[in-house]
Amino acid sequence: MHHSTALPISISAVTKAYGAVHALKGVSLDIQAGEFMTLLGPSGSGKTTLLMAIAGFTRPDSGSIRFGDQEAILSPPHKRGVGMVFQNYALFPHMNVARNVAYPLKLRKVAKAEVDAMVAEALETVQLAGYGDRAISQLSGGQKQRVALARAIVFKPRILLMDEPLSALDKKLREHMQIELRHLHEKLGMTTVYVTHDQREALTMADRIAVINHGSLQQVDTPRKIYESPANRFVADFIGESSILPVVRDGNTIRFDGNALKTVTAPPDGPLALMIRPERLAFVTDASRDEVNTFAGNVLELVYQGDSALCYIELSNGTTVALRANTHAGGPLDSIVEGASVTLGLHVADTVLIPAGRDA
Amino acid sequence: MHWFSRPASDTQITHGQRLWLYILAAIIMVLLVAPTLIVVPMSFSASQYLEFPPQEWSLRWYESYFSSTAWMQATKTSLTAGVLTMLMATPLGVAAAYGLHVSLHPWARGIFVLLITPMMIPVILIAIGAFYAYVQIGLVNSLFGLVIAHSILALPLVLIVVSAGLKSFDMNQEAAARSLGASRLTAFLTVNLPQIRFSVITAAVLSFLTSFDEVIIAMFVSGGQNSTLTRNMFNALRDQIDPTIAAISTIMIVVSSGALLLAQVFGKSKN
Ligand SMILES: Nc1ncnc2c1ncn2[C@@H]1O[C@H](COP(=O)(O)OP(=O)(O)OP(=O)(O)O)[C@@H](O)[C@H]1O
Ligand SMILES: [Mg+2]
Repeated sequence: MHHSTALPISISAVTKAYGAVHALKGVSLDIQAGEFMTLLGPSGSGKTTLLMAIAGFTRPDSGSIRFGDQEAILSPPHKRGVGMVFQNYALFPHMNVARNVAYPLKLRKVAKAEVDAMVAEALETVQLAGYGDRAISQLSGGQKQRVALARAIVFKPRILLMDEPLSALDKKLREHMQIELRHLHEKLGMTTVYVTHDQREALTMADRIAVINHGSLQQVDTPRKIYESPANRFVADFIGESSILPVVRDGNTIRFDGNALKTVTAPPDGPLALMIRPERLAFVTDASRDEVNTFAGNVLELVYQGDSALCYIELSNGTTVALRANTHAGGPLDSIVEGASVTLGLHVADTVLIPAGRDA
Repeated sequence: MHWFSRPASDTQITHGQRLWLYILAAIIMVLLVAPTLIVVPMSFSASQYLEFPPQEWSLRWYESYFSSTAWMQATKTSLTAGVLTMLMATPLGVAAAYGLHVSLHPWARGIFVLLITPMMIPVILIAIGAFYAYVQIGLVNSLFGLVIAHSILALPLVLIVVSAGLKSFDMNQEAAARSLGASRLTAFLTVNLPQIRFSVITAAVLSFLTSFDEVIIAMFVSGGQNSTLTRNMFNALRDQIDPTIAAISTIMIVVSSGALLLAQVFGKSKN
């Protein structure tokens, strides 16, 4: 069932307005053949609009969407050969599981015996072998999800689209399905576009993440790049926790609280801010190591969260920064109390300077 | 007294406390149905005149109905008009309901209201309008003209019933079908229609009954060979009180209730 001919998708300058609302403001995105691309953004950012434009249900006002070297923008949804999984599954309740999965095959006039074999194979792929005779109403949420997936992959589409397919599931099942979808993608290899507003889900699943806000792409990168070097303040804020602190630029020297910051690469142009991830910050005793930037401050508040503790620390220039501390015995929590004077260390590789403006 | 003190529903209210409600409901039902059902015993009377309660029973008025070529011709006209109205109004109404349901056009709402106006204006105005229009184009007394006029009356019912059905249908299913390779029409026929079938069957039956029971338009635009049953009944009552009318009424009650019953059975069964 491997898709040797996964198609790349090339989206360029796609715009879409609903009256005064600009849902997409010139989106350009190249998705490699076989890539797992996640569209991540807050509610109303245009994720569904972009996905629907790829599927053919929304006609963009301008721009181009190419599957391989074929322009797709004018072809109707049923001619695009794109598998799609909807948020609420959109299974057909008047057909049983097998007939749901067989639906795209019957439309393609596949012979009866072959239909049965392909349906069985698809159900096996989603671990629902033997469920063909079940009515849709007899399935749990996770099983419905799998049937929807089986139906979308049974006709071997070269592109698979999913719009928040796991959002109706509880946390445990969702995390389980994330891994399963990942494995399925590795096995089938079709180009996949996956919409979510859950940043953790995006980080877990994607080859690359396209972060979108107000109808514009903010950054397209691997999960690690997105998390560790966000392109702007929006991305830094939206993905993960971060403290964003003001810095003063003095030519190519960047000063925080009067001290020059050590960085791995030369700082980018323009006004900058310092982004610190709480888990990358640590309490240190020895303040003089070369590869570490250090800050002095007082512990304002300690929030115990079980697997870790969040410490809010007021630095000597009055700004507040968050630090995530381990809770194991013998760890920092043994000695840190609210009000204590502390020294914080941040590795130069974790010292990230981002443009100070809000959006790209 | 056991039943009396048992709770009537999930609440703590007992059947005893609900008793007044049951009696009220029964009275209303009797008042609604009795005037209709009173013709049933009258139709089995042996008397020359309409009488209630009948002194003597017989089937003579049924005989008189079935042996009259005039009544048989009128019955045939009514049934034909009913079926043709159903075949005309149902597809048109379903198509209109679907189109207006998916349309984002700012006028969609206005068009919907326009299409259901025949339900709001007095039927006699439609009848007069149809009559004058038909005189111009030579459709008076034709079956076709009658069917068109009846379809105008039936369309609002189809539109309302099917629109309501579509509101509870998840349009994502249609989108899913289309993404799986179905054209819009195929998706509608294989996914939407089977799930709104109860609305569509109900609408079809209502269209049939709209035509079958209708008298005002029939008075104006039907006649001669194409006189409807209701028109002839009306005329017969005006001339003399003939108990055949009671027999025909009874048959019409059976046909109408039968049609509604059929809609229930067909709509609900087979999932
Ligand atoms: N059919 C429509 N008519 C009018 N406005 C629309 C329509 N569809 C989307 N919009 C608007 O376009 C913008 C983007 O919507 P979209 O559904 O793409 O957001 P989203 O990123 O998928 O959000 P969510 O996470 O809530 O699903 C929103 O401001 C929305 O209100
Ligand atoms: Mg959405």
